[in-house]
Amino acid sequence: MRLVVIGLLAGLFSALLGVGGGTVVVPLLILVVGWEERPAMATSLAAVALISLVGAVTYWFHGEVKPAAAAVVGLPAVAGAVAGTALQQRLANRTLSIAFAALLAALGVRMLV
Amino acid sequence: MWALLAAGALGAVAGVLAGLFGVGGGILFVPTLTLVLGLTQIHAEATSLLAILPAAVVGAWRQRAYGNVRTRAALVIGLAAIAGVEGGVQIAEELPQHVLRRLFAVLMLIVAAQIAWRAARRRPSYAS
Repeated sequence: MRLVVIGLLAGLFSALLGVGGGTVVVPLLILVVGWEERPAMATSLAAVALISLVGAVTYWFHGEVKPAAAAVVGLPAVAGAVAGTALQQRLANRTLSIAFAALLAALGVRMLV
Repeated sequence: MWALLAAGALGAVAGVLAGLFGVGGGILFVPTLTLVLGLTQIHAEATSLLAILPAAVVGAWRQRAYGNVRTRAALVIGLAAIAGVEGGVQIAEELPQHVLRRLFAVLMLIVAAQIAWRAARRRPSYAS
């Protein structure tokens, strides 16, 4: 049941902010459900694949997706994702949490100023 | 040309963040699409959802090989999100873009504080 609510919130914020929902799913799995970082982040990424598929299709029919721009940033990201998942296996959960928090804080501050 | 190379490089970094943190990379895709490629906020948010897709699929496949993915939970979360996505799209088209940016920023800060607080409080594993 908690997972359903997390999914609903993730989908809402995904479409609202274009973030794929992971920024909602990972914190909720860690803070509310109490999962360790690695399964939380890995499961989030799998959910994000589904969420972004649905979001992209929905926006596509609203005519707001730019496929060329998506390819420019999205194709290099595939290689990055392989490297990122490999790196994650070598880091402690606490390190992952602190790095994740720093990333979110930096992005939040940058978008406020 | 330089803008395309910069966008590609930022896309690769977004992919690393996606694989590392499971966030899909949109937190970097959206600013790249607006600031480097000049898309509007709405177009960038829509486009980032397509851009995330191949990296999320490949990253999740790798994480499954590492044994970290809880498949049933991922399916439940992903499918529940479908209803949420449709609601979010309706709201997004009715909100001014600067409000979307503020919402995004405030959400980041709240979440960051909570995660850092939890990690800082956690005892080392040898202390029970």
